[in-house]
Amino acid sequence: MSKRKKRMGPRALLALAVAALAIVAAGCSRSDSSGSANTEIKGLGATLEEIQANARTEGEVNLVNWAGYVEKDWTDAFVAKTGCKVNSKVGVSSDEMVTLMKTGNYDGVSASGDATLRLIAAKDVAPVNLDLIPNYTNVFDGLKNQSHNTVNGASYGVAHGRGANLLIWNKDDVTPAPTTWDVVWNADSPAAGKISVYDSPIYIADAALHLKTTQPDLGIDNIYELDEDQFNAAVALLKQQKTIVGEYWGDAAKQIQSFTSSDSTAGTTWQYQVNQLQGAKDPVPVEGILPDEGSTGWSDTWMIASTSAHPNCMYLWMDYIISPLANAKATEYFGEAPVSPQACALTADKEHCVKFHAEDEEYFSKVYYWTTPVTACGDDRGDVCKDYSEWTTAWTEIRG
Amino acid sequence: MTSVAGIEPPPHRSVGRRLSAWLYRWPGVRLGALLAAPFSWIVVLYLGSLAVLLVSAFWQLDTFTGEVVHQPTLKNFQTIVEVPVYRTIALRTIAMAVAVTVACALLAFPIAYTMARLASKQMRRLLLVAILIPLWASYLVKVYSWRVILGEEGVLNWLLEPFGATGPGYSITGTWLVFTYLWLPYMILPLYAGLERIPSSLLEASSDLGARSGRTFFRVVLPLVFPALVVGSIFTFSLTLGDYITPEVVSSTQFIGNVIYDNVGVANNLPLAAAYAFVPISVMVVYLLLARRAGAFENL
Repeated sequence: MSKRKKRMGPRALLALAVAALAIVAAGCSRSDSSGSANTEIKGLGATLEEIQANARTEGEVNLVNWAGYVEKDWTDAFVAKTGCKVNSKVGVSSDEMVTLMKTGNYDGVSASGDATLRLIAAKDVAPVNLDLIPNYTNVFDGLKNQSHNTVNGASYGVAHGRGANLLIWNKDDVTPAPTTWDVVWNADSPAAGKISVYDSPIYIADAALHLKTTQPDLGIDNIYELDEDQFNAAVALLKQQKTIVGEYWGDAAKQIQSFTSSDSTAGTTWQYQVNQLQGAKDPVPVEGILPDEGSTGWSDTWMIASTSAHPNCMYLWMDYIISPLANAKATEYFGEAPVSPQACALTADKEHCVKFHAEDEEYFSKVYYWTTPVTACGDDRGDVCKDYSEWTTAWTEIRG
Repeated sequence: MTSVAGIEPPPHRSVGRRLSAWLYRWPGVRLGALLAAPFSWIVVLYLGSLAVLLVSAFWQLDTFTGEVVHQPTLKNFQTIVEVPVYRTIALRTIAMAVAVTVACALLAFPIAYTMARLASKQMRRLLLVAILIPLWASYLVKVYSWRVILGEEGVLNWLLEPFGATGPGYSITGTWLVFTYLWLPYMILPLYAGLERIPSSLLEASSDLGARSGRTFFRVVLPLVFPALVVGSIFTFSLTLGDYITPEVVSSTQFIGNVIYDNVGVANNLPLAAAYAFVPISVMVVYLLLARRAGAFENL
């Protein structure tokens, strides 16, 4: 009896294992066929009135967004007006947002330029019909039809706002006040050992920006289109920088904490952290500026998922977030430039749009918006540029 | 049965009764029905997910769209072997796991010995509570408190300042300190159980035969408690090997777990992450085989 049991055990186990593998295989092959996404979104109303009526039955919208983009202060009015409950999932990085959107559980995303093209190429997001978004007409021209959110003439969403990655430093520890990025790159920097660096492959572009001014013979023009030599020089610079880096920060909270505890005294940041640190109960004496040579930056786009379960609510959200009052509140809270003159008129701080250069196209000409690096260089060099996966691999090597 | 049926009308047999009678006749089916749920849990969900991992390591990523291309390739393994940074990170992680295990063993032994042999009943209970309570506290709370402790203006630097020293800060040493703190109870508890099981008569016999305490420790206590030490080391070693949150919070150093996490969450390169996951899995298989040799599983 016991002998028989012993012989049965492994065989039964094997059979079950085979069954398990079959289920797994079935699951895999199913995901194979879902490659071609439809540009037409199922269930979306044809007119604004239809969308508003449909939204009532949908009742909710699931968003992936940057921290500080979806807050009670301006979502409450949206919920009351449309009947769509807003569920926000904060994505801490562009890469995480891409991954989250691939799950198909979300209706829309506030994607930065280093994520948008990837989402479009993977058909995770769908083109939008701008006629159904009335507030779009007011948006600044500088924020319309950008190369990072418009492909073959089709628009893939609306801008949330725009801003630059800033140079931050602690005024007590770093003197004199820096005016260029040299303070985060040079070995003799007063902040050496306490440099705070953004932990993302896209930071390689910041190195390229520095090389653009310090080593002009490399011929770097677009900092997201780097060929072999330019890329290697940027990676070498980052490896050299590693010796003076105090911390690589992935999410804003970590950077705020380490500036508060003086573990970081200079680095690259967003306006959001500067606001939080200066406005803390126990304010940290930090300053944030756009240095002379310019900076990397972002212009985020609200995009709709191609498999959105609540497309009507999502369309209403895209229209709402660029409506004057909501956009004024959201961009002021985060610390970035609003998208329209009407929004500028409604900011609580009347100087907000001046501070953030909302209407200053010359200022934004010094801001190089995050873009997904691809092999096509976009000029006569051809397809010899390093793509994002190579940036990612290099980043792992830089971090060591 | 038949004689009973002769006296009264035959009882109406319900479906349930008939089913139970049928199952009684087929013990194999009975056993199968009983084990189906737990078995499919372990096979489909547990082994199944491992199988998916195994298979996806041989797939490839379309780097632009982020879609996984289902064509078998060894490219991921090639990357891991050929690019030196992956080797460095693997060796660093294993070295950290060893360092944490050694530190935990050295710290845990005196505590476990005190609990098992020297402390009064009340004291023992107190020590047990002191060890178990931090174990129940949230892992994240503990790690983040260490971030505060290790900070430039943290408690550790404040304590060390009068001696002219500074703490390790957010560094690899700091990470080692936090890991050792986190996994210490996992070493103390098996050691305590192992030490408690050693009969006092053996120690008495050893000293009756003229062995001094040092000799008794090395020739009697240590060999007897060794399997327990190995059990504890499995915890400390494997937990360190797989952790990625602690290094992320208290340092900027990359470990195996961080690379896997970054490839899943940041780069979305699932195949490479799966291939790299083979490293800790193989290390643990070897470790467990060695542990079995050392007799760690004999008392299971």
